[in-house]
Parts: sequence; structure tokens; C-alpha cells
Amino acid sequence: MNPGDVLETQTYDVTRADLVRYAAASGDQNPIHQDESVATSVGLPGVIAHGMYTLALAARAVATWTGGAEVVDLGCKFTNPVVVPADGAVTVTVAGTVKSVDDGLTTLALEVTCDGQKVLGMPKAVVRA
Amino acid sequence: MPIDQSLVGRSFPPTPPRPVTEEHVRAFAESAGGDYDGGPAPATYPIVLAFDAMNAFLEAEQVDLFRIVHGEQKFSYSRPVVPGDVLTATLTVASLRQIGGADIIGTASEITDADGALVCTTRATLVHKGADA
Repeated sequence: MNPGDVLETQTYDVTRADLVRYAAASGDQNPIHQDESVATSVGLPGVIAHGMYTLALAARAVATWTGGAEVVDLGCKFTNPVVVPADGAVTVTVAGTVKSVDDGLTTLALEVTCDGQKVLGMPKAVVRA
Repeated sequence: MPIDQSLVGRSFPPTPPRPVTEEHVRAFAESAGGDYDGGPAPATYPIVLAFDAMNAFLEAEQVDLFRIVHGEQKFSYSRPVVPGDVLTATLTVASLRQIGGADIIGTASEITDADGALVCTTRATLVHKGADA
């Protein structure tokens, strides 16, 4: 990988059933990720994906691009919710570019969007590669 | 009710040691649509430990989970998590401010292995909307 390289955009579909599975596996049973009435009661537009679910998708993209390279740093802000409909799926898109390669560490700048809107703020990964 | 400012700097007791099993790593990977065929756990796996610590913190402070929205998350890894690890998380409240009736809680959790060696530091910003916010 070289600075400026554009990585192949990855897309992932997210359904409410995925969120139920993720809640069980991660332990995050916050009902705003499963129950429409609770979500709207705290001012959310509907059931939203766990922020960590979206970051897990970003990490999947990083693993795909780097052949599973060791991740040294990973982080983001959760700037906009991924609203998941009761029926069907919503698509999360993960794009990435190589920002720098330095001393065995590669920094990837990501862009994670849903319906054309950025959902993560400054998502970034540093891998040993 | 806003969260008490005196919490800043306080560390909560370490979470009970959690053995990392291959089955659980696979379940975690598959739940986000990925697959797992051995080796290190997915990069976001340490959230399981951080979440244990956050739940204990929220319970101790009598904060409802459904009033929490995740604002920011960062992981810094000393080494990857692998099956066979037995991990513990220790949460410290790093910062606290109030904006527009919401508490913005900055936490740092250190995840350590059975030898007490640091595996990963996770930093989370939690946005708490109180009932009267």
C-alpha cells in the first residue's frame, strides 16, 4: 500500500435481525437498537444500529483491504445514526484511502456513509502493514 | 438529574475476568456479518469487555442504559485479543461536562490479561440524556 491509494469500497446490508444477533454477541442490549418505541422516546428517529456495529463493519473493510493485518489503533465519532427499517435492510458503505505509511504502520482514512450521509466522524485505522 | 462532577478521575472495580473462547469470538464476528477461522479476534472485540465495565459503571451511578448514546470510541491495542485470553476491564471516568441538558461522559477502560499486562485501552464518550433533558 502507498499513500494516496484508494481502496475498493465495501458495502454491507444491515437488518434488525443483525442488530439482535449483535446485541447477544456483544452484550449491548440497549433497547434503542431493537425497540422502536424506546428509540423514539429518547428522541431518535427509529431503531438505530449500535455505533459499534457500524465500526465493526468499518473494521471488516480494513481486514479485507489489509488481509487481516494487525490493527494498532481504531476509532471514530458517531456523528449520525444508522436508522434500520423494520423490514428490509439499510446499506452501509465503507470507503478508504491510504493516508500514510510510516515505520511499518499504515494509516487508513475511512469514509462510512449510509444513504449518502456520513455516519462516522473521522474514522481512522492504523495497521501494522 | 445531571451526573455528579465528583466522578471525574474515579476508577471503578475491575470487571470479573472473562475468558475469551473461540465460540464467542466466532459468534461476535458472525453477528457483524463476518467470518472467523481462528487467530486474533476482530478489532472491535474488546468492546465486549468495555461494555461490561460501562454497564457496571452505569449501574453504580443508577443511569439507565436506554438514555445513553455512544458519541465516540477509540481503541489502542498493545496486542490482538486471542482465544484463551482471560480479560478484565477497569473503567476510569476521564471527563464530564454538561451540554444542553445532556451529560457528556468521557471514559477510559484498560483491558488487561491474566498476567495483568495491558492488551488494549478503549476510550468512549457516552452521551446521557436525562429524563428531564
